Amino acid sequence: MTQAAASASPSALRLADLRKSFIHPAVDGLSLTIHQGEFYALLGPNGAGKTTTLRMVAGLLKPDRGSISICGIDALADPVDAKRVMAWVPDEPLIYDKLDPMEYLEFVAGLWAMDAVKAERQARKLISILGLDSQATTRCGGLSKGMRQKVALAGALIHEPKLIILDEPLTGLDAGSARQVKAVLKERVADGATVIMTTHILEVAERMAERIGVIAHGRLIAEGTLSELSAKSGSDGTNLEEIFLSLVAKAPLALESAAA
Amino acid sequence: MTTGTATLTWFARHELTLAWRDWASLMSGGKTAREYAATAFTLGFIVLLHGLAYALLQPIITGSIAITSQSLVLITAMLLATFSMMLSQAIEQVTRAFYARADLDLILSSPAAAHHLFAVRIASIAVAGTVMTSLLAAPLINTAAYLGGVGILSAYLVLAAMSMMATAISVVTAVALFKSIGPKRTRLVAQIVAAVVGAALLIGLQIVAIMSNGDLSRMTVLRSAAMMKLAPDTSSLVWIPAKAVIGQPFAVVTMFALGVAALAAVIARHAGQFGHHAVVASGTAETEVARAGTTRGFRGRSMAQALRAKEWLLLRRDPWLASQTLMQVLYLLPPALLLWRDMGPDKHVDTILVPVLVMAFGQLAGGLAWLAISGEDAPELVATAPLKPAAVMRAKIEAVLAVIGFVAAPIVIALAFVAVQSAAIALFGIMAAGCSAIAIQIWFKSTAKRSQFRRRQTASKSATFAEAFSSIFWAAAAGFAVTDYWIPATLFAVMALVALSTARWMSPRA
Repeated sequence: MTQAAASASPSALRLADLRKSFIHPAVDGLSLTIHQGEFYALLGPNGAGKTTTLRMVAGLLKPDRGSISICGIDALADPVDAKRVMAWVPDEPLIYDKLDPMEYLEFVAGLWAMDAVKAERQARKLISILGLDSQATTRCGGLSKGMRQKVALAGALIHEPKLIILDEPLTGLDAGSARQVKAVLKERVADGATVIMTTHILEVAERMAERIGVIAHGRLIAEGTLSELSAKSGSDGTNLEEIFLSLVAKAPLALESAAA
Repeated sequence: MTTGTATLTWFARHELTLAWRDWASLMSGGKTAREYAATAFTLGFIVLLHGLAYALLQPIITGSIAITSQSLVLITAMLLATFSMMLSQAIEQVTRAFYARADLDLILSSPAAAHHLFAVRIASIAVAGTVMTSLLAAPLINTAAYLGGVGILSAYLVLAAMSMMATAISVVTAVALFKSIGPKRTRLVAQIVAAVVGAALLIGLQIVAIMSNGDLSRMTVLRSAAMMKLAPDTSSLVWIPAKAVIGQPFAVVTMFALGVAALAAVIARHAGQFGHHAVVASGTAETEVARAGTTRGFRGRSMAQALRAKEWLLLRRDPWLASQTLMQVLYLLPPALLLWRDMGPDKHVDTILVPVLVMAFGQLAGGLAWLAISGEDAPELVATAPLKPAAVMRAKIEAVLAVIGFVAAPIVIALAFVAVQSAAIALFGIMAAGCSAIAIQIWFKSTAKRSQFRRRQTASKSATFAEAFSSIFWAAAAGFAVTDYWIPATLFAVMALVALSTARWMSPRA
């Protein structure tokens, strides 16, 4: 999706002045707009507020202030409707040890009230694409972390959400599995879904994301395409790692001047 | 920070630290500030138990205990009952040592001598068994020593010896199961064996009492002329444990030496193999293959139906539930047998059956409710599904109530053939105890993995006590109602409601 097309399309996610404090502010007035059909990577150092932000979007945390709009639905006023069009995959795949992948997918399909025939077809397709055929009837407790991660991803995709939120989706995956996951996500974006992903693997963000947002201290410190970020960082770096480190290093100054 | 080589004492110190913190956390629910209160409460409770023990023993023990057939039979029966419970606990703990990954990955991948760790762990099971049983038996032993002479304090050594023997037998049993039926089945079978062993003696005595005398009293059997006739002469070696309890020096030394020898032999023989078993267990324990996963298609279900179906499927596959249900069935056997014997119109079997049913189903409902409400392996999936939290909770409660109804219905219907009013009271009592247990689990909900069921009490002692008191009070209310004592029945029902209100007031959701 081009920048102009992206700006013209309606938003898949709009955050306005989002705030959440625990002991210290974890998310501190974050505003962000992600367009439909966009692949967006959210980067930031440890403790920057990425996961807290995504958990608020997923309805797992209540913000102290601000608004969240998902595909035009006010997620705070109407969480059930918002959840209908969204999927969340945490970094630690929490699935049922005593269910096998097909049973897990059947359960997820039931939660999203999918048609049984369509759900089964979709489940078999996802199981096949993600290379889980031989584990389809093995209880999840016996699967490796990578396989569990893929089962969780299949669960997120089965109901064809418009907004897919992934927190470190590639952690624990081998190169082959990571490629499968990336291919599936790209296909979903090509079909019009929006993907928001946090990752510490900057190479993945660089290759897959159309736009990248960098947050530090709970605020968005930079956002744009790779070349836009490069320009903002003022570094000569051409790879995301250098740009990212430069932006994060400047973050306290940028935040101070913004506050002033 | 200091480092040391992984010697026996080093591992023992490490295990002791962990055990102490585990216990403190269990008692305080993880809150350090509550540790002192928990200790004070425990001490107060122990003093109260001593008072009760004095009231119980004072009419019986009026001097040193004479060695007669009757005293030896009674003491031996008590020791056997204690031993069966120790054995049950030890089997459960030894099996867990195979499967609990916790720190085993770290220790087994280190150059430390793993057999030292397992030697300490086996020994610590024996120590834990001794401490727990001694704490429970302390009021009786101390009071008996006060009334009958200090020699009775040797009962503590007997308990230690029994705990060592129970641990030794458990290790041999677990290893034998592991070798014969494999790691996959050992866990479930060991849980069932532990449940049966723990209850078998008490229930067996009750069944004999029912068959021979028509009542539930175990004492009737132990004091019967037939038992006295069967009992060996008082000089027999069979009575060594009982004589050790009374304080005969030879018997005490023999018992303790036997315990130490058994434990030492088992540690020497099996500690070295434990690491190997633990590694094998970790490779296969969770590799369970579903039988009919792909043969049937997806079923069209509403969201609530999907949640209920998931709960039932997981409950069906829960190994804890299998052993727990078996326990409930075992405990219901004696009253059921009494029901079968007393079908005549002049007997009042329902007076015994109804409170037992209410108590059993209250406890079962508590366990099921924890598994369904707090034991959620994928809380974020359910939380991000397009369902209101109340709808999720409703579906889970329905799932639990349906299971309780499914198990209770045949028993209540059978009871209705004997006494309709009693069946109605049983039904009301089961519903009240079940709903109370579910409500307590909702108020004290603390999400955890289902596999952490054994640790559910750590979330809150208040919830555990509230659940127990509520079941007991509802059972008592039902028992009095069946016998038409409506005033005490109402009083106990009110007490159950007070217990429930107190739990609500103390709960984090208040």
